[in-house]
Amino acid sequence: MTQDDIFQKVAGTLVEALNVDEDQVTPSSTLQGDLGAESIDFLDIVFRLEREFGIKIPRNELFPESIFQGDPEFVKDGRVTSKGLNELRVKMPFADLSTFEQNPTLEGISDLFTVNLIVSYIESKLRAQAAA
Amino acid sequence: MRWIWIDRFTSFEPGKSATAVKNLSLAEDHFADHFPGYPVMPAPLILEGLAQTGGILVGDANGFTKNVILAKVPRAHFRRDARPGETLTYTTTLQQMGDVGGLVAGTVHAGDELIAEAEIFFAHVPPEQFKELTGTDNFVFSGNLKNLLGLARAASKG
Repeated sequence: MTQDDIFQKVAGTLVEALNVDEDQVTPSSTLQGDLGAESIDFLDIVFRLEREFGIKIPRNELFPESIFQGDPEFVKDGRVTSKGLNELRVKMPFADLSTFEQNPTLEGISDLFTVNLIVSYIESKLRAQAAA
Repeated sequence: MRWIWIDRFTSFEPGKSATAVKNLSLAEDHFADHFPGYPVMPAPLILEGLAQTGGILVGDANGFTKNVILAKVPRAHFRRDARPGETLTYTTTLQQMGDVGGLVAGTVHAGDELIAEAEIFFAHVPPEQFKELTGTDNFVFSGNLKNLLGLARAASKG
């Protein structure tokens, strides 16, 4: 499956789960900001992706519910520390942190969750599945 | 308060499907206000009956050990009103079960006529989060709903 195939399927899933128009879904769309996803929608999206791609998505893997659990070592004065950034890299190796790193505010975390992030995640899952 | 919106299970196949019926009586309170002189069942109550039929299917899939809540109705169509004197048949099938919850598809018939259909997504709520919200460990499958489970089991044997 090519990256574009994955994107098309992910976009279709989001159209169904979030009731958005197909042309609203671009690779850089953020799920909450641009597509209006709420917390329950994240569960629904996970569920639909499992069915669409025939994969298992453990709870908190694609959308960790609380990344830092208020740990002061990870977040200080509303900003993610370098230790926090490392934690993000470990927990979400499929996330593109290049823009976020330049201004790692706590509020900015929700913008990490883009359509592209889901595509990268699915790619990594399918790769792991093929290798197994 | 009694919050049971189905009267009887007519079939129950664990992991697959459940069917229940609901007889509509003009004596039910909601008909008095919805609407005066034109009694029709409020659509959300139809959905509730469908959710009770399907929710038990989702709960049963894990032996009722997980808290199951109605999280989202991704799709619902209501084709016509349901009126007093009619018998509604709620038919639900389990589409998908997973860690996060279960997806149920359901139809509502009055006689042979399809009057509504919906997809309902139920989420599993972890016990600690549930206790925080409600103060109990297992709220969903307690009290009245436990009695319904008895009915469901009876239907599955028959």
